[in-house]
Amino acid sequence: MNIRLLAGLVALGLAVAGCGGATVDGTAGSSAPAGGSSASAGSAGTVKIAINPWVGYEASANVVAYLLENELGYDVELPEIKEQLAWEGFETGDVDVIIENWGHPDLKKQFIEDKKVAVEAGSTGNKGVIGWYIPKWMADEYPGITDYRNLNKYAELFRTSESGDQGQLLFGDPSYVSNEDALIRNLKLDYKVVVGGSEAALIKSAQQAQEQRQPLLFYFWDPHWLFSKTELVRVNLPPYTEGCDADPKKVACDYPEMDLDKIVSKRFADTGGKAYELVKNFSWTNEHQNAVADDMTNGGMTGEEAAKKWVEANPTVWQAWIPK
Amino acid sequence: MSSTAVSAAAGLRLPRWAVPAGAAVVIAAAYVVFRGTATLPHDDEAPQFLAVTELREWIDDHRNDNPLFLYFLNYIRLFVGALYTFFQGVLHALGWPGITGVMGALAWLAGGRRIALVAVAGVSTFGVLGLWESSVDTLALVGVAVLLSLAIGIPVGVWAGLSARVRRAVTPVLDVMQIMPTFAYLAPLALFFHIGAPAGAIATMIYAIPPAIRITALAVSEVSPTAVEASVSLGATRRQTLVKVYLPLARSTMALAVNQTIMMALSMVVIANLISAPGLGGDIIRGLSRAQVGIMLPAGVAVVVMAVVLDRMTMALVDRDPHARLRRLDLVAAGVPAAAGVALIPVLPQVWPESLTIDMVAEVNAAVAWAETNWYAVTTFVKDATSYALLNPLESLLTSAPWWLVALTVLLVAWRVSGLRRALTALACLLAIALLGVWEHTMQTMTTVAVAVLVALVIGLALGVAAARSPRFSAVQRPLLDAAQTMPAFVYLLPALALFGTTRFTAIFASVVYAVPPVVRLVEDGIRAVPAPVVEAAVSAGSTPGQLLWKVQLPMARPAILLAANQGIVMTLAMVVIGGLVGAGALGYDVVSGFSQRTDFGMGFVAGVATVLLGVMLDRITQGADRRPSPRKRKVT
Repeated sequence: MNIRLLAGLVALGLAVAGCGGATVDGTAGSSAPAGGSSASAGSAGTVKIAINPWVGYEASANVVAYLLENELGYDVELPEIKEQLAWEGFETGDVDVIIENWGHPDLKKQFIEDKKVAVEAGSTGNKGVIGWYIPKWMADEYPGITDYRNLNKYAELFRTSESGDQGQLLFGDPSYVSNEDALIRNLKLDYKVVVGGSEAALIKSAQQAQEQRQPLLFYFWDPHWLFSKTELVRVNLPPYTEGCDADPKKVACDYPEMDLDKIVSKRFADTGGKAYELVKNFSWTNEHQNAVADDMTNGGMTGEEAAKKWVEANPTVWQAWIPK
Repeated sequence: MSSTAVSAAAGLRLPRWAVPAGAAVVIAAAYVVFRGTATLPHDDEAPQFLAVTELREWIDDHRNDNPLFLYFLNYIRLFVGALYTFFQGVLHALGWPGITGVMGALAWLAGGRRIALVAVAGVSTFGVLGLWESSVDTLALVGVAVLLSLAIGIPVGVWAGLSARVRRAVTPVLDVMQIMPTFAYLAPLALFFHIGAPAGAIATMIYAIPPAIRITALAVSEVSPTAVEASVSLGATRRQTLVKVYLPLARSTMALAVNQTIMMALSMVVIANLISAPGLGGDIIRGLSRAQVGIMLPAGVAVVVMAVVLDRMTMALVDRDPHARLRRLDLVAAGVPAAAGVALIPVLPQVWPESLTIDMVAEVNAAVAWAETNWYAVTTFVKDATSYALLNPLESLLTSAPWWLVALTVLLVAWRVSGLRRALTALACLLAIALLGVWEHTMQTMTTVAVAVLVALVIGLALGVAAARSPRFSAVQRPLLDAAQTMPAFVYLLPALALFGTTRFTAIFASVVYAVPPVVRLVEDGIRAVPAPVVEAAVSAGSTPGQLLWKVQLPMARPAILLAANQGIVMTLAMVVIGGLVGAGALGYDVVSGFSQRTDFGMGFVAGVATVLLGVMLDRITQGADRRPSPRKRKVT
């Protein structure tokens, strides 16, 4: 019938017979990666790449998925699992690959060093930086607004029905990397974080703010296609110095520039074969990612179509990733 | 106790409203004097939260070596996981021809040709929408959850039906379970069963079990004692009486238990995606986190279609004549699609062919974008007006009032409306919330709930009164209400999100739409239940229709209206909490954020507990209302 089912039942039987107790390690139960669903007879296996909710991530995931499927003959699942839950997915077997990881030193310590269920698989080649942004017209109109020390002076501009009598700092998805609350507290800013809930909410607000000259202060990040379409200016927080963000409660400095990297489950690194090699070799530039992300958001393409277009246009880039 | 207070007041010949009005004045004065003192501001790093977060870290570290997990909880997880894999494996092996055929056959057996057509059309819809695989995963998850719910719920229900003592023990637990918002189930389950499909199935099972127990108990206890007596006096053993008398006679009501269990399960499976359960929930959450209604809508439609198909199939079982036997013709007729479906498995592709899907993501997104730009002025006005006129003032009132004043007010209101015992329960819940460290967010959530309930009651009363007075209007409205009540809760978030983006108002809009149908129904039934002679008397005494409504029908329907308010509050709370996904903030957002950020797990967990306490509190404040005689009546007696 079904290999995964058999594997599950056998593991259950063994566990009961052995009386050794049952552990949660993803080798049994619903999520053994090796079998694949019965639809995939003849496939090289199934790779589960977690999808985190921003389009740049999806661009990378879709390109890798496209190559895994079409060049190496794997099945790829793209489950919607947010950043930190995806790390837990390494343990339960729900996730094999996080294709774009933003720092997370605490999770690295916990899941890579302590639990040993995950390993690093190298840089994606992308440089990532998070920051606070305003539309360009505001920087032109209000002198000194890009300095955090002047933000309180202009707080009134940023008031909305959601932020009451404080200025609004618009945030994205609840799962994003965030020091916002600590920054507002520690820099004594008269602002309130209002959660837009998604990348799309941030983009829409940013575009409206620039086109209709509405005030907006918002959380955003580079690499992102939006920078080539809408003029945005970054607000200067106290500059990042090594270790200034060590204690999440006491952060009072800007975000660092991060080398975005790939994390895979230990099991996938050991048994993933060519799929693991491809993931490990995957490395491209911010421009590549932005091109695919732009096609997905504004070109009306699905992730697969956008990936196909990029793969066809850039054979020399990806051919270097394919394991020999 | 409250009645003594009222009668003492009456003895002094004070008007009836004097005591409440006096209390209100005192409370208002106390607010003015003490505003801003003894508030309990929110702290993300409260020790209560950190303790839970640490507990979670500890559990995560010891999941594989602590005996409780090693020998008990992990086996449950493993068992449910294997069951899910089995269901999923079978369904995927059947492929779409197999599933379509088998579902058609089952539907035919349940309710004949028409239901079979509904089932076949419904199953094909999943494919047409391009959501075949997610739908099958959801079906498997629902299957596992419902199977387990029934496996546990029916025996417990039968026991509770046979023994009054068991029933008394079980009822309060079920009461609390039924007012618990879906969100509150997730965090504890993630704690014990980790994330993924098994945890999702267990959460869904627990959520869906109350109706299975309750309705089964009802069915069994309603079996005619004469029949039982007859069977016992004929020498039947207890077992025989149970299997041959109780169960067959209770069958059609028990089918209703199955129906309700399935419906509950369907509204939970989507939310279970927050702890990484697979299926259509993933598509909906993906749409939410991209703010793309085009992604959500097909998935929402698929869940609704699944609900309708399963509802019709099980309702057909409920309605069937209990004495009718299956005719051979039906068996043959049902066998044909099943056999055809299974026979076609090797021939047709397992996955729905892509050429037969309709991709409407772009069109829906375009329509939503159009509505956004063209209705922007109106929607923004409605949203901002509500925020500035109602939400912000009420919120700052509640958060700036001293906690003891809020507690005192709750105690007095609950005492007045529902009696002392319920008032004390409500007070205990509120104090527990304060101790948990989520006071400020609870007050914010309460604000949103209050505004939403207000709007829902106004609309519900208007529609209910209209329906009670015009049979034609009622006939048009009924099927709409039926349909609305079959839909899983989060489906209402979609149009709200499309119109209002992510704000508190989105949650209010969605919860109003969600809570209005039961309110309308209760109000309509309440007004219709006013005895005809009373209406006649009023009319012959020369009442205008307006007077009839305000002086006779509404006062007489008071218990029904208060019950409607109670229902409205419980449903609104559930929805406002889910609204944390779309910008409602406060407790609901804490829960969402608890699943997204590991360091916030404790806060999310505590917020989940607080929503339960808040639910119990609001329920207790309003619950007694329908059972107490109205003050007017009391004066007469």
